[in-house]
Amino acid sequence: MRIEGVPASAGYAEGPLFDLDRPPAFYTGKATSAEETTSLQAAIGKAVSRLAAMVETADSDAAGILEFHIAMLEDDALSGPAFASIASGQTADAAWRQALDAEIAGYEASDQDYFRARATDLRDIRDQVLRALTADGGAAAPSGAILCGEDIAPTRFLETDWSNGGGIALKAGSTASHVAMLARSRGVPMVVGLREPLANLAGIALLDAEHGSIVLAPSPDEIGSFRHSSSSFAARQDTARRFLARPAVTKAGTAVRVQVNIADPSDVDGIDIATCDGVGLMRTEFLFGKTLPDEETQYRAYRKVLEWARDKPVTIRTVDAGGDKPVPGFTVEEGNPFLGLRGIRLSLARLDIFRAQIRALLRAAPHGNLRVMFPMIAMADEYERAAALFAEEQAALAARGVAQAMPPLGIMVEVPSVAIAPEAFAGVAFFSIGSNDLTQYVMAAARDNAAVAHLNSVRHPAVLRLIGSVTAFGRETGIPVSLCGDAGGDPAAIPSLLEAGLRDLSVAPAQLAMAKAAISDVSV
Amino acid sequence: MSTAAEATVLITHDVGLHARPSVKFTKLAKTFAADVEIALAANGPWFDAKSIVKVMAAKAPKGTVLHIRASGNGADDAVRALIDLVRRDFDEDAGHVRSA
Repeated sequence: MRIEGVPASAGYAEGPLFDLDRPPAFYTGKATSAEETTSLQAAIGKAVSRLAAMVETADSDAAGILEFHIAMLEDDALSGPAFASIASGQTADAAWRQALDAEIAGYEASDQDYFRARATDLRDIRDQVLRALTADGGAAAPSGAILCGEDIAPTRFLETDWSNGGGIALKAGSTASHVAMLARSRGVPMVVGLREPLANLAGIALLDAEHGSIVLAPSPDEIGSFRHSSSSFAARQDTARRFLARPAVTKAGTAVRVQVNIADPSDVDGIDIATCDGVGLMRTEFLFGKTLPDEETQYRAYRKVLEWARDKPVTIRTVDAGGDKPVPGFTVEEGNPFLGLRGIRLSLARLDIFRAQIRALLRAAPHGNLRVMFPMIAMADEYERAAALFAEEQAALAARGVAQAMPPLGIMVEVPSVAIAPEAFAGVAFFSIGSNDLTQYVMAAARDNAAVAHLNSVRHPAVLRLIGSVTAFGRETGIPVSLCGDAGGDPAAIPSLLEAGLRDLSVAPAQLAMAKAAISDVSV
Repeated sequence: MSTAAEATVLITHDVGLHARPSVKFTKLAKTFAADVEIALAANGPWFDAKSIVKVMAAKAPKGTVLHIRASGNGADDAVRALIDLVRRDFDEDAGHVRSA
């Protein structure tokens, strides 16, 4: 039986299933409340030492979470109500569960997203102690198992031994969750959003986290074809790893620049700058994720990435909020947000916010090889107004004696008007083709709507023709042209992009090696 | 020598006095002998600054004016050190808003 889902971390796993949601083992009540108290104290202590052991090997993000859990568990204010109910006759497990559920309800009732999200941490903390209470040694999954369930707690991921393989299959879950990020960085296969519950957990299962599916009780044929796909994936990854360290070159010897797309400044921590030609796209929406960031916060974020890249170029895109990326207090509610006030349109409507970002960019520029681009440009006038704001803010900073530099200013090519008539933009420093948006606007197919996903292809001749004509215009006028959409890292799309004339692609860091390998197979 | 001190500070960290900052905040508070409390308004309610459960329960987002008061030995130093920590954005990396 095959169940489809969404790949969150590519790879293959074959092994027994381990039910994450099974009820914890039965807790045996003690004779006296003094013994119950001791039992809960011991369980909390055990949970704390398990967490402390995990901190040893965790990266800084994971360690931050674990230390928060430890601090909560060590706080008497958390366990106090539980010990009080034990004193009045409760068993340790029921007392702990009630005390934590009350605390969790408080978080869930918060009107702030961030605090509401911490309820997950509280549940995790609750369950760690319950597992310790029931002395459930079997709570640790067998080595090489596929962990399945509704969702998975970060600590559960961190305490699992992944050295003998294994994977994760979730009914809920998200590709953007903390665990999904951890899984990608450790190469643990993970599928989320399984459409049906896993009814039969006996026997082995086959997890295909490259395409997003799991097969329960597989037939010999299914096992054979799975192992074939799995070893082909492993071979591709091996090849890709060899390509990672080298500059990208096609079969015909044409050099292709390959840069990376990043969002959070901490994304660069896991990338060796020697393996790429710079940052082709640094998104800045993440800074606008929860609240409006001040100039100083932005300046530090930009400077960090510029210093990491040393002399290689870093192209930072001014905030592209709106569309499918609403920001409270900044974007507006619209009936048709992809065609509304987003990208540069919004920035030009909210000059206070835009000017702060411009100042942060001007101040960061002396710290590296910065280039700045504007998203969603449709008319030359928008570029000119944005460039004029850069000039104004530069003059103001210079007058105050603040260190700054004017970066080259380019534009995203994602609105069809620019791709069709690029001659209106002969004055820009560079073009960067945003293939995701360009495709959705050319094909009139929203990229977040699965019902029209079949229309959303960068390889449609209409899209490729526009990419080809922008590239040709760039060659004639000497304006550099690159591409920074998902297509740049898609091995299936890379041949068409190079044939359309592109020689500069920017891809997700995880796709860097695969993209270079795919480029070496193209004969342009 | 018994003293009392009180001061306010604006929280500028992106997601407020949240999980990681609150770990640092309570750890620092515990290094002082004085009783330390925080509140979101001058008239309270006041929360024990040495208890992470209480500090989290204060739910102080970015933009909150945090009131910090201490009494007992080293009250002045405690308030000064905690105010400094909030001003330094809890020594966290800029723009680190990825939620746990």
